[in-house]
Amino acid sequence: MAITTGRAPASTRAAGGPALRTEDLRVRYQGVEVLCGVDLQVAPGEWLAVIGPNGAGKSTLLRALAGLVPSTGTITYSAGAGPAPREVSLVPQSPLLPDGMTAAEYVLMGRTAHLGWLSRESRTDRRIAAEVLTRLGLHALAGRPVTALSGGEAQRVVLARALAQQAPLMLLDEPTSALDLGHQVGVLELVDGLRRADGLSVVAAMHDLSTAARFADRLLLIDEGRVVAVGAPAEVLDPNLLSRVYGTSLTVRLIDGERVVLPAARPRTRPEGQVS
Amino acid sequence: MISLRPVPQRAPELGSTRELERAVDRSFSLSWSALLGAAVMVLLVGLLSASSGAAGLPIAGVTSTLVDRLPGVSVPTSLSEQQQAILLQIRLPRLALGMLVGAALGMAGAAFQGVFRNPLADPYLLGVSAGAGFGAVLALGFGLDLGWGPFAAVPAAAFAGALLAVTASALVARGSFASPATLLLSGVAMAALFSAAQTFALSKLDETRSREVLSWLFGRLATSGWDQVILLAPYVVVCGGVLLMHRRHLDVLRVGDDEARALGLDPALSRLVVIVAATLLTAAAVSVSGLIAFVGLVVPHMVRLVTSHSYRVILPLSALLGAALLAGVDIGARTLVAPSELPVGVITALVGAPVFAIVLRRGVRGA
Repeated sequence: MAITTGRAPASTRAAGGPALRTEDLRVRYQGVEVLCGVDLQVAPGEWLAVIGPNGAGKSTLLRALAGLVPSTGTITYSAGAGPAPREVSLVPQSPLLPDGMTAAEYVLMGRTAHLGWLSRESRTDRRIAAEVLTRLGLHALAGRPVTALSGGEAQRVVLARALAQQAPLMLLDEPTSALDLGHQVGVLELVDGLRRADGLSVVAAMHDLSTAARFADRLLLIDEGRVVAVGAPAEVLDPNLLSRVYGTSLTVRLIDGERVVLPAARPRTRPEGQVS
Repeated sequence: MISLRPVPQRAPELGSTRELERAVDRSFSLSWSALLGAAVMVLLVGLLSASSGAAGLPIAGVTSTLVDRLPGVSVPTSLSEQQQAILLQIRLPRLALGMLVGAALGMAGAAFQGVFRNPLADPYLLGVSAGAGFGAVLALGFGLDLGWGPFAAVPAAAFAGALLAVTASALVARGSFASPATLLLSGVAMAALFSAAQTFALSKLDETRSREVLSWLFGRLATSGWDQVILLAPYVVVCGGVLLMHRRHLDVLRVGDDEARALGLDPALSRLVVIVAATLLTAAAVSVSGLIAFVGLVVPHMVRLVTSHSYRVILPLSALLGAALLAGVDIGARTLVAPSELPVGVITALVGAPVFAIVLRRGVRGA
């Protein structure tokens, strides 16, 4: 299908190299190392899901990849070293939706990295924003204030802004944590469609392990700032490993060929005196 | 891959860009009608102001005299020589000063609301005005009447004081992303501190000098010819121009520093540029007209109420509306208790305090 971006998709641009590679990525926060030497690689068009318990460093890893927190080690994008908003777009966990700002205006902000310090959006920028809005089915909402949108609509608008950035790599920080199940799947399907159509590479911090296994090509399990396991869902979703990392007994079931992570069944304690 | 919801893959039709442009235009392109409306308002208030006062001048005469002054135009005027002198030597300089101060405070207010993401920010409330006042009192009181026009010592001292105050406010509130309330409280503390320093400096002056400085501090638009206008105009043009050029930045800053940086804007740098320009603008206004409260708060909110929340609209319209508002308020200041005069700052505070209360009641949002 037609690519909304004026650029070639990442898969052809990268000429075989990875879309993202980090070596010994470390982040210190108030004297404590919260990311302790992460090595990872993302191929063009690949979806890497970052999983791990709360406080494992998922968000920190994404923020470091986006260049929002100072880090040591190397981050290499397909076009070269250093994080640049033209190389990587970010869908934040809880984006700030400014009062009264329209969806069109919000999406057009995605063009910031392509503008000079004092220049205004050109016709091309407006066309790109319009195409992204149309593509995500947001066209009718263009003039609506973002604060008046439903949760699912707002999430799509945020996605549209990231897409208007035309970066070959998209970072999503638990993009669906505020949505109901239907909208969660809807947003993830949308991201999946985009990466299949454009060769967009995706790194997403995901809470729900079953959803992560369904959508991602590979999982990166981190705990306390360290990579515990990386690989295909079948390899990483090991009940013993997960139980150890998450500190509770978990089991992995295969349902219609999809891996589903559940709390392990445990003997139910019955109130005393009750006869079964 | 299961497909629960198909990705909408409708090819963008030809009309879609135009439709989007219309949506964008509605939100942040400054419409000609709004601009024209504001300009007409400035003109009408200006004519009204020029014709009202102790010596009433007919509006028609004022208009014809002014049109006659345009290069290459010659129309007969009904004003006498003396009336023309009043108009050109007394009324017009004061009107121009009022408009420049109003435009400066309106734009500075909008800019501060933008960079601090705080709908209650205002040069007066942030302590910027108090800091500028302190600097100016020092310079005025101790006879630092050096320099000329925009390069005089008073605006320089006012700028130093203002910069000190805004930096201190932001630092005490722990950075620029402090909550509206925190920033405001630290602004109030800074305003109190600098007012105290001001009072102390005043008490060290002799009586004539201190009365003179005190009446200036209350916020007045007294002029002696075109001197103050010449001092202020370059600041309004240059700093106002810088602010207008950064309108887009103010909109991007609305999503917060992290997202702005992820989008490719250096929030610290653009905030610095805007704060310096707005502070300089405030300092220049304070050094010619003293402390005029609430204009910077009220004007951007009036613009938001009738047009849009985008700084691309708010900033230019705040300049025009600020000019009209202060010129209008000054008519009251000159005529309400004639033959004596009210400090214009008293009236703006009377109007501004209730508006502040309303904004506060409606909830701190919208910047």
